[in-house]
Amino acid sequence: MRILSLAGRRLAASIPTLFLILIGVFLLLQLAPGDTVDALMAQMGGGDAASAEALRKFYGLDLSVPAQLGNYLWHLVRLDLGFSSIYGKPVATVILERLPPTILLMTASLSFAFFFGLVFGVIASRGVNRWPDTLISTLGLIFYATPSFWFGLMAIVVFSVYLQWLPPGGFEDIGTVQTGIWRVLDIAAHLVLPTLTLGLIFLAIYLRIMRASMLEVLNLDFVRTARAKGLDETHVITRHVLRNALLPMVTLIGLQAGTMLGGSVVVESVFSLPGLGRLAYESVVQRDLNTLLGIVFVSALLVISVNFVVDLLYARLDPRIAAEG
Amino acid sequence: MDLSRLEINRRTALLTSAAIAANVINPMRAFAQETPRKGGVFNVHYGAEQRQLNPSIQASTGVYIIGGKIQENLVDLDASGQPVGVLAESWEATPDGKTVAFKLRKGITWHDGKPFTSEDVAFTAMNMWKKILNYGSTLQLFLTSVDTPDPQTAIFRYERPMPLNLLLRALPDLGYVSAKHLYESGDIRQNPTNLAPVGTGPFKFVKYERGQYIIADRNPDYWRPNAPYLDRIVWKVITDRAAAAAQMEAGELHYSPFSGLTISDMARLGKDKRFIVSTKGNEGNARTNTIEFNFRRKELSDIRVRRAIAHAINVPFFIENFLGDFAKLGTGPIPSTSTDFYPGPNTPQYPYDKAKAIALLDEAGFKASGGNRFALKLLPAPWGEDISLWSTFIQQSLGEVGIQVDIVRNDGGGFLKQVYDDHAFDLATGWHQYRNDPAVSTTVWYRSGQPKGAPWTNQWGWEDKTVDATIDNAATEVDPVKRKALYADFVKEVNTELPVWMPIEQIFVTVITAKARNHSNTPRWGSASWHDLWLSA
Repeated sequence: MRILSLAGRRLAASIPTLFLILIGVFLLLQLAPGDTVDALMAQMGGGDAASAEALRKFYGLDLSVPAQLGNYLWHLVRLDLGFSSIYGKPVATVILERLPPTILLMTASLSFAFFFGLVFGVIASRGVNRWPDTLISTLGLIFYATPSFWFGLMAIVVFSVYLQWLPPGGFEDIGTVQTGIWRVLDIAAHLVLPTLTLGLIFLAIYLRIMRASMLEVLNLDFVRTARAKGLDETHVITRHVLRNALLPMVTLIGLQAGTMLGGSVVVESVFSLPGLGRLAYESVVQRDLNTLLGIVFVSALLVISVNFVVDLLYARLDPRIAAEG
Repeated sequence: MDLSRLEINRRTALLTSAAIAANVINPMRAFAQETPRKGGVFNVHYGAEQRQLNPSIQASTGVYIIGGKIQENLVDLDASGQPVGVLAESWEATPDGKTVAFKLRKGITWHDGKPFTSEDVAFTAMNMWKKILNYGSTLQLFLTSVDTPDPQTAIFRYERPMPLNLLLRALPDLGYVSAKHLYESGDIRQNPTNLAPVGTGPFKFVKYERGQYIIADRNPDYWRPNAPYLDRIVWKVITDRAAAAAQMEAGELHYSPFSGLTISDMARLGKDKRFIVSTKGNEGNARTNTIEFNFRRKELSDIRVRRAIAHAINVPFFIENFLGDFAKLGTGPIPSTSTDFYPGPNTPQYPYDKAKAIALLDEAGFKASGGNRFALKLLPAPWGEDISLWSTFIQQSLGEVGIQVDIVRNDGGGFLKQVYDDHAFDLATGWHQYRNDPAVSTTVWYRSGQPKGAPWTNQWGWEDKTVDATIDNAATEVDPVKRKALYADFVKEVNTELPVWMPIEQIFVTVITAKARNHSNTPRWGSASWHDLWLSA
């Protein structure tokens, strides 16, 4: 398979990039004034110089910057992400605990945005410059222009405070212990509002892209040929236009998998979800270098693997890619 | 300065004042005659997770709000702010102030069933308070040993006199006891018990899910009769202040401590019958807003310039329009809530007087050329909306007398590093948190010889032999009356020299459900054990 080797080559090329990113983040954080002990002092509300020195030794901050970086990379090649200074346990464990809510939220809102973006984009392009198009485009613009924390807070006020339909935050109900299907339903109920909040902005982007790319493909020669063959409109749209119009959408998914991880800091904070975004934010404020680098590492892995899947999807959607390379 | 934002803030703050005033007058609705109800879950807003939960090794409200319900202190403060025994039943000091003996309560057990004895007190004092606990290590610097002649007696021996009233006012915060048998071996900081605390308190630790919640259940073997009333306390980690306010309204939270919500949300909830918004129960957590001067700048080492800066800022106007009833005019480093040490307002003060400020600056030789005399870099601390508003207000006020101020914002770690270690500031502003005795929290802001990098200490490049002597004498003076007089001298001296100006006094604001009973009934209630707290139906 040509496409596999192609994707494989891109995968191999991303490993040096990954190391460059990690070194870059490490050095960037050195530029930020203060270290994890200063952050701890800020949290405690004071402390004397002797115990600060003891703490610096405890966290391994008494070494020089190159020595710290060298140590980190040496541990990393042995797949050891180090120890988190704010959590007091291995970074790998901390991240694994936080990964499920993030992945759940990310998959749910990406799927939501992709599906409805596709549907609305097709509808808009079919009725271009008539009322469905105007309505959908205006809504899209509103979703895109509204900050997600405002959306989130308004959703809580309407659906949790006034209507009391959905829980205002958290990952699951703490009051009662649930198992099996009830637990799944409980978590699902907690994720409805965050998914919508995070998904709406992306929905706006997807529907704009889908609409534009549908309009473009609709004007191509092969569509005229298909119509000339006597195919009915539904067939033309689903079999010929849609498939080609999907390519930019798939590209976008690959690009946005990364943005979603970062963009969820706000949504996770508003809905008090224990996700990676909040963990990253906290690690920066607390100057927990190991955890932050660990998150960058895991996020990068996630983006790389999503892009790998996207490469494979291209080939499936457009056989020319696999054939020509 | 963005004027539209200023207007909005003024408006919200004015609304705030009116709303809070109603509640401050009548903070607790009549409940004296009700019979306490057992049971119920109390949900608490937990804004910033800490690295660990043991109050014996970390003195901060973020730890007390949880650890203070699980572990107990030797003494706490009662409703009138006087020391009252918790694990200690009584105490006695020798006249020379070098020995303090605590008699401990009998029949108390740890949550794991082992008996609580004087060995635990001795171990905690020598290994945690003296060596690790912030502020504790300074307080117990001259502690040489703790003798345990019997399981109910712990005798603290000091190299230098330790004033009993200092110790008793410090111990509510700095006197939490940990179990010796759980900490004896290994590094105390890395002990897993720090994240699953074991204590003698009314609530037993159950579970900590990082980033989500902490649960503690009723301790059925608690030593106080009939206590506690609650079945369970749940602390919910909610970092977004606006989201926390929404959760209060949705009924998912009962209590948001230590000004955990935004000023405008506190004002809004203050008008809602379902909540009580008040400063009551936080008197022991008073703080003052500061301006810290860096004497390494030649302009600021001139006392006329420091005084001019103080005269140039209209503090009453700022309080009235931005902070409302959450704050009042401060008179120096010892806040008026400190009944034991407050020297009164008759110390040197710097009321708003723009003409005088200009005259002082001219006299100091910093003439305005093209409207500008010189430029200063102001570093505001990132905790609290009030500091951010205050720094902008300083900037505007000083602009009017020809001092250009550039605001440099940092996060917590960055702020401490730049101000207290790198000394890369001209002016800094933040909070001075008063901890019930000036020797615990306050004199380090003024005493010379502080090691570089120690946060919230004198890093101003300023030294005054008279002030140093007053501080040292007061720290070892065992006669309470003489001690109070010495601190009055101290306030006069530092208000004259003005290395740090503390013109605003604030107390944290509590937002709590109107169903709560026996709440806010001590000066450090947010940190207290809540053994008598109950929820009405």
